[in-house]
Amino acid sequence: MPGGLEKRLTFAAGVSCLGGIVLFVCLAAYALLAFDAPDTSGQSGLFDAYVWRVTRFTLLQASLSTVLSIVLAIPVARALARQPSFPGRVWIIRLLALPLGLPALVAALGLIGIWGRQGLLNTTLAWLGLDQPISIYGLSGILLAHVFFNLPLAARLMLGGLDRIPGEYWLVGANLGMRPLSIFRFVEWPAIRGLLPGIAGLIFMLCLTSFTLVLTLGGGPAASTIEVAIYQALRFDFDPPRAIALSVLQIALTAVLLVAMRLLMPAVDEGHGGGREIRRFDGRDLTGWVSDSLVIALAVLFLALPLGSVVASGLRSDLWKLAGDPMAQQALVTSLVIALVSGTLCVAATAVMIRARQIALAPRRPERFHRGFASFISLSASLVLLVPPVVLGAGWFLLLRPLGDIAVFAPLLVILINMLMALPFVYRVLEPAMITHSARTGRLAASLGLGGWDRLRFVDWPVLRKPLLMALSFACALSLGDLGAVALFGSQDMVTLPWLLYSRMGSYRSTDAAGLALFLGLVCLVLTVAGTPSSAKNDKGSNDAAA
Amino acid sequence: MPPLETETAIRLGGVRVRFGKTELRFDCAIRQGEIVAITGASGSGKSTLLNIVAGFETPDAGVVEILGENVSHRDPAERPVSVIFQEHNLFSHLDVATNIGLGINPGLRLGVKDRGKLAAALMRVGLDGFGKRLPPTLSGGERQRVALARALVRRKPVLLLDEPFAALDPGLRSGMTSLLIDLHRQEGNTMVIVTHHPDDVRALADSVIFLDQGRVLLHESKTQFLDHIEIPAVARFLGK
Repeated sequence: MPGGLEKRLTFAAGVSCLGGIVLFVCLAAYALLAFDAPDTSGQSGLFDAYVWRVTRFTLLQASLSTVLSIVLAIPVARALARQPSFPGRVWIIRLLALPLGLPALVAALGLIGIWGRQGLLNTTLAWLGLDQPISIYGLSGILLAHVFFNLPLAARLMLGGLDRIPGEYWLVGANLGMRPLSIFRFVEWPAIRGLLPGIAGLIFMLCLTSFTLVLTLGGGPAASTIEVAIYQALRFDFDPPRAIALSVLQIALTAVLLVAMRLLMPAVDEGHGGGREIRRFDGRDLTGWVSDSLVIALAVLFLALPLGSVVASGLRSDLWKLAGDPMAQQALVTSLVIALVSGTLCVAATAVMIRARQIALAPRRPERFHRGFASFISLSASLVLLVPPVVLGAGWFLLLRPLGDIAVFAPLLVILINMLMALPFVYRVLEPAMITHSARTGRLAASLGLGGWDRLRFVDWPVLRKPLLMALSFACALSLGDLGAVALFGSQDMVTLPWLLYSRMGSYRSTDAAGLALFLGLVCLVLTVAGTPSSAKNDKGSNDAAA
Repeated sequence: MPPLETETAIRLGGVRVRFGKTELRFDCAIRQGEIVAITGASGSGKSTLLNIVAGFETPDAGVVEILGENVSHRDPAERPVSVIFQEHNLFSHLDVATNIGLGINPGLRLGVKDRGKLAAALMRVGLDGFGKRLPPTLSGGERQRVALARALVRRKPVLLLDEPFAALDPGLRSGMTSLLIDLHRQEGNTMVIVTHHPDDVRALADSVIFLDQGRVLLHESKTQFLDHIEIPAVARFLGK
């Protein structure tokens, strides 16, 4: 190991962080695998019909959600790409980014406001004399919600791919007199096709591990996914063997998917679109413009109506009364403390691990141990995805239950689980920033003898402050909107905002829920926007109103 | 500092560095007070040689001596050298005075005397009054002169320059060249300059180390080197 004490200490700190994370995950897995079922006769029913049905449904809804999201996203991305000067295009692209920052619970409430029994759509249908209300609960509701979240994601990624097509292609296409269909076939589709495996993998993974949406919109045991079934097995039936069987299945499924994504699918390049100016000659005729406008308008309605419904019903609720509600105040404080602590822990641990990784890889030919350590760190960022929050929580639930009241450990566990959830995202924000920074200043600082506190004060903090705060903001947003970890451990003593929102939704105090949803949605959106690297630097003009 | 027995400023003895399949070997001695140009085709190992002297690269074998002392295992900051790179010589978020001040004391604890030194250095590179400016507001040539000012206040006996003019326009290059020669005359330090430009060699160097495929092919005075056009590699470099 080259270098002095400081490097060795940083390296040791990085190793301990990684070790702590591995230990936390492995203990949970161990607890699940080694749990001694009190009633061994239940053993035969471990993988019973119920478990298989849940698994089949999980795979079915994830596949359908993926296909629907992608198929519907293609025309949206194409319409936006063909109309570079569509009025308000920048804002439409920003609208596509919104759902990702919205807590699932808030989005579910918005979707119910539009598609639910008393929602806008069914009221309109009834007014028109049709009285067969569309039901949002069950498979259709889950698909709707997954499409709401993933269609914009897919459209944004595809739009990025379409915007990266060299401008000369459009010139050549126009010169050759290519019709829209042949442009799609020979230019646009090949660009999109290359992205599809990555996008599909990502969306499938998100839907496979979706918890909150299924919990709120599934509407019963017939439409339950593995994640929700684990929660129900522990929280309601107290049936650990079943929870274990489901957890093992879930880990196996995500593992297969992760390996397949690593081996088969190229990484998705996160182009945001709306960057440099693009001159396209197709889509300028009337039919093209009208059809594109129609597609864009439908997409905007689909996304904006539920968001508008959250805002409208939130404003209608008695916000003053809610602000004076001691329960809500308590939940706000709890949520903020958990979010801040877990976010700070996550950012600090990730930064230390990235630095330790750099130190390990600094020599020309790193030792085998250091190489292994370095690749394990970058791998751990995605390995965390392998064990979903509910599974992690289930493991620690079983591990700690014999030690006494689970409520005592609840805050700590929720903090640690939230921290792990944010790790992959924080890693993706911090790593490029830290690599660029040390490439620019590493040798210079070393030659001047700048180390320790001086280096931190003069060199690192002024430059890395921004990405660090961005990562913190994103991590806090994730933690604030999370229901998965808190669902298992929530109690009278520990109520977070999402947990309060969920219980008020259930107890038909829907005006309270609407107010809470508006507040939570706004806070999370602001934090996410602050935590997302902007593409504004590439945008010229039309982008002065910073998002 | 103990009296020096030799006039050797830098000596590389049997230095070997392996990069994957290729191995670079350096053996050379650089006299004190000289300006030495290290040159050769791209990939011949110019920057690697400089990085070995500066301490950014650790050789697999061999000895690195500076002023008669073995510095092979010392950190970059503990070697009696200052370094100027092609770019990113300044922390772009810190003003010019702070950038130079960090060269005097890494904790920026500067006394009255130090501030005087700082102002004098800025004056000598012709940037009087630039102390509060941020690097992005300076031209490429001005940024390199700030880096030079920092090297001045550090007062190290050896100055290493890695393609210091590569990012500058021809007009700025000649200005920097004459500034370097002036400073060298006043300081009498040893300068090692990596360059791929024959013009820099002609204008600056006392002697030339010519590298070819990771070996020192020639090490001789400038006039001798410029006559060696019978060697194909040298002829190619000089464009003849």
